[in-house]
Amino acid sequence: MTQSSNKILLGIGIFAILLALPILADMFGQPALTSLATRVLIYGIAAASLNFILGFGGMVSFGHAAFFGIGGYVVGILYHHYASGEPIFGLIPGTNQLLITLPAAILVSGIFAAIIGALSLRTSGVQFIMITLAFAQMLFFLFVSLKAYGGDDGLIIRRTNELPGLNMRDKQTIYYVCLVIAALFFALLYRLVNSPFGYVIAGLRQSEQRMAAVGLHAYRYKLVAFVISGMGAGLAGALMANFMRFASPDMLHWTKSGELMVMVILGGVGTVFGPLIGAASFIVLETVLASWTEYWQLGLGFVLLFVVLYTQGGIQALLKHAFGGRS
Amino acid sequence: MTLFLEQVLNGLQFGVMLFLMAAGLTLIFGIMGIINLAHGAIYMIGAYAGTYVAMETGVYYAGIPAALAAAALTGAAMEFLVVRRLYKRDHLDQVLATFALILISNQVITLIFGRQPLFVAMPEALSGSVELLPGVFYPSYRLAIIAVGLLVALGLYLIINRTRIGMLVRAGSTNRDMVRALGVDIRMLYTVVFGLGALLAGLAGYMAGPILAVQVGMGEQILITTFVVVVIGGVGSIRGAFFASIIIGVFDTMLRAYLPGLLRQVMVGPEADALGAGLSSMGIYLLMALVLLVRPKGLFPAHS
Repeated sequence: MTQSSNKILLGIGIFAILLALPILADMFGQPALTSLATRVLIYGIAAASLNFILGFGGMVSFGHAAFFGIGGYVVGILYHHYASGEPIFGLIPGTNQLLITLPAAILVSGIFAAIIGALSLRTSGVQFIMITLAFAQMLFFLFVSLKAYGGDDGLIIRRTNELPGLNMRDKQTIYYVCLVIAALFFALLYRLVNSPFGYVIAGLRQSEQRMAAVGLHAYRYKLVAFVISGMGAGLAGALMANFMRFASPDMLHWTKSGELMVMVILGGVGTVFGPLIGAASFIVLETVLASWTEYWQLGLGFVLLFVVLYTQGGIQALLKHAFGGRS
Repeated sequence: MTLFLEQVLNGLQFGVMLFLMAAGLTLIFGIMGIINLAHGAIYMIGAYAGTYVAMETGVYYAGIPAALAAAALTGAAMEFLVVRRLYKRDHLDQVLATFALILISNQVITLIFGRQPLFVAMPEALSGSVELLPGVFYPSYRLAIIAVGLLVALGLYLIINRTRIGMLVRAGSTNRDMVRALGVDIRMLYTVVFGLGALLAGLAGYMAGPILAVQVGMGEQILITTFVVVVIGGVGSIRGAFFASIIIGVFDTMLRAYLPGLLRQVMVGPEADALGAGLSSMGIYLLMALVLLVRPKGLFPAHS
């Protein structure tokens, strides 16, 4: 029991630090830190969503960038139609209100996740990895070919979506919006993982046969988990499009799916907050290495190789080990 | 009609290249149980090494042993240093470790050769065209690729069905644990399979040089398509890899050649071209999804 209350305390502690971060960043004359932290939060949401099916459920999706990209494109396309004044298909009007675009992005990525998941979950193992990759590639090429929405070049969103009463042009405001959403998301995820549903998902990873013997319909549970995970990635994509004011096919590229997996494994597979640590290490590593050399991916490659080959459970496990704790 | 024949041959040539990649990948998958994303990196390294030697010496054929040697060395190093530690790990670790190998090899190649693509001239004797039928000309170099590919396929068929090592490979892809239980040195078998795969990938990379630019990232392009081939053909099955390569090669080439034209009849020119290009890139993934839904283990599953 103390362990779970410790975890909650740790979560609150991290939240407090994050809350003070923009002020500290300004105080030390490093305002760029706020943007960095915003990206960490957004990628943290995406990676944690992937980790829900990958780490807890044992479903290795190699196409999760698809949902990230869909979320981004929902924001981009809605803004595009808002700016031009033409409704989508002559029916749905565009919008620049965050309170509408975020739920829309979650809904649309959820629908895509339901379709892709329903088909992909009929396979398993290597075939599942490859079929999720295949669907992501299909969507990637679809967006590349959609000239109406920028094709290769992507969609520029001239202004970040509006939220009533807030000045969304301010980077610090965007950071706090992302922080609140991330806090809600992780709280929800924590409840989900520790709910009966979460236990079923973890049970399915350990033994599908055993769960079937208990009388649970594996496919349905996996599909629901896949949809939830897709929705989370869509939410992250929508936030990213708002933050970068840009949505492009790069968001759906297969290397982006790879990066999300890297974040998950860096932080520690099958933990709630691990992906956030993973996203932070990935982005900090990227920023630091890129400031030294343009060949930063070389360093990233070696770090990744080291983490995969020599640590079990990523950075979180390393930290625990270093501080003498038990996992 | 002439154009159609040409496109079929182009498709065949692409298919044969895919087969050179897929044959190795499917065996590594099937026998060692490893998802090797770095297979594309070996392809790229073979292409760079061969092209570099050919440019320095001015002799195309001098590039072939260089490409093969570089690919084999890289493959051996990867197997010894990284892949060997991944046999008992799950797919996730394999994907990430070999993803790291892609990042590393891409950057090392950029450090050595820079970002400019390299080009190698075709050998003199193969730079012309051959008249296949009256009025139908086809580049000899592409014909040569098809011939080499088919020869390799035949050679693999003979090795796998007629030799002792081939017998072990077949047994290994059907039931790895049983082969080990019978006292076969599985490590030796793994090294042979990985080395063979690397050799074929290096050969494919070098042969692609005069047709495509030799550049960083060339490996990933063909890698993803090769995975589609391997999965459609059935993991671990050389026969499946062969048929799936040809199907994918011809199907992809046909879509690219004819789809934009078809769309142009119902849409405006540039939009039809863009959509056509996008849809034809999607085609093979659609095919793969369909095949997996009907036959989740692929067309010719090795584990029956």
